[in-house]
Amino acid sequence: MAFVNIQKLTYQYPLLQKPVLQDINLQINQGEFVAVVGPNGAGKSTLCYALAGFVPHFFKGELTGSIEVAGMESSKSTLSEWVLNVGLAFQNPFNQISGAKYTVFEEIAFGLENIGVPREEIKKRVEDAMALTGISDLADRSPYSLSGGQQQRVALTSILVMRPKLLVLDEPTSQMDPIGTREVFGTIRKMAEEGMTVVLVEHKVEWIAEFADRVIAMKDGSVLLEGKPNEVLTSELLAENGFGISRYTTTAREAKKQGLWKKETLPVTLDEAVEGFKK
Amino acid sequence: MKIEIKDLRFTYPTGLEAIKGITLTIESGEQVAIVGQNGAGKTTLVRHFNGLLQPTSGSVWIEGWDTKQHSVAKLASRVGYVFQNPDEQLFSRDVLTEVAFGPRNLGYPKEKIDELVKRALALTELSDKTETNPYDLSPTWRKMVALASIIAMDTPIVIFDEPTTGQDAVNVARIANVIAELRNKGKTVITITHDIDFCAENFDRVIALAQGQILLDGPAREILGQEEILAKTYVDPPQLTRLGKKLGFKEIVRNQEEFLKACKDR
Repeated sequence: MAFVNIQKLTYQYPLLQKPVLQDINLQINQGEFVAVVGPNGAGKSTLCYALAGFVPHFFKGELTGSIEVAGMESSKSTLSEWVLNVGLAFQNPFNQISGAKYTVFEEIAFGLENIGVPREEIKKRVEDAMALTGISDLADRSPYSLSGGQQQRVALTSILVMRPKLLVLDEPTSQMDPIGTREVFGTIRKMAEEGMTVVLVEHKVEWIAEFADRVIAMKDGSVLLEGKPNEVLTSELLAENGFGISRYTTTAREAKKQGLWKKETLPVTLDEAVEGFKK
Repeated sequence: MKIEIKDLRFTYPTGLEAIKGITLTIESGEQVAIVGQNGAGKTTLVRHFNGLLQPTSGSVWIEGWDTKQHSVAKLASRVGYVFQNPDEQLFSRDVLTEVAFGPRNLGYPKEKIDELVKRALALTELSDKTETNPYDLSPTWRKMVALASIIAMDTPIVIFDEPTTGQDAVNVARIANVIAELRNKGKTVITITHDIDFCAENFDRVIALAQGQILLDGPAREILGQEEILAKTYVDPPQLTRLGKKLGFKEIVRNQEEFLKACKDR
């Protein structure tokens, strides 16, 4: 039995004319790191909301099919039960930060306070989580005084600290500097290796290829392609459908036409590109 | 329209010193990308250009105007600033009103406003969404509304704060197109970005900030090849630049064309 099991999921927001997700079937094993790619409007964030229980519990609307995580079914659970298993970091950190706390430390502790974790344990877990994401030096700052990228790290940390079984991340590095992005990907990989299941929406395909186990390519509310990162991310189908493509892939595709790329498969990462282009 | 910054320092009321002595000149019509680590002071720096922030010491001049002597409203006729988060910028009930707000406030005649709004909407591909409430649009299109409402002001200097954040490939290409159009019109374009490939493909000059100071400043080709120094401010060179370096190319390559040429010539 898969850890995440989505069967025939179709969902329509209230007031919208057509479904945002259409007949999605998805199974994810425990400890798997799955990346979701796709153009804006493909339904990626809605899929995140569905996994996190916001769809349909918070947004209402019409849902058919089923979503199971860790043996629990979304439609038969309350949101407060659901959040014990699943954590979601929002696309826009500004929408996630509570506004009820004066410091970054308190902000990150907020979730743990709400589920009644003892004070001493909260302190330890918050400190560990901040060290993990490299924001210990921000502990006493106001969440609203931070730069976009710093805020995003706080939003991510405040979910990691909850130690969810399923971690759902909606473009968690969109405002981060490049090396910071790579570090966060490394951290997420580590969490997956320790048994956390991860679903990550991202546009940065180079790092997806480097760190994720599997890629799901979505378009117009449906799954277009699914499989190993290199296979999916180098597919012609993605290039034709407005997906983000690594420069290594587009350049090697052009080089192939000119006889400068000899290998059968195209590269997504730097190492793959070096391997194919070296003399 | 020249931007001149002399010995700029800025300390937030919390005591955080975000800019620690920056001297910088940006000439009329330059295309400049500002890169650097989160918290390096990029946004703080550009918010001085239109007077949203005032120097703690030092000065910022916009073609002879000291920003300390002119209001934000006055400076808005010279410097347009597109916020990082469109939700901090948009407030009108429909796209048309939103985009017309800027030029209307600059007091242009009606015909000019209509023409500027029309062109800004066409450039950002929003012409079919004029009656929509910006908040009913997806974040992608809200970003384009934010862009359009600044472009419509027709200011000689335009600043974009992380325009490509969270945008898909199609929209990044759209934004690159907007920047190319502004370049053709001779506008000064200053863009904060973490998307180094986008930076390499669209900008002539790159300024790397680190901890409130300038780490590197120069032509994109020179700056983006300096892997070790850029790493100090958490920036990687562009993908193809990294690849060229690993393959031992003698020259620094910035884009596909340069890469393929170097690949053939080796």
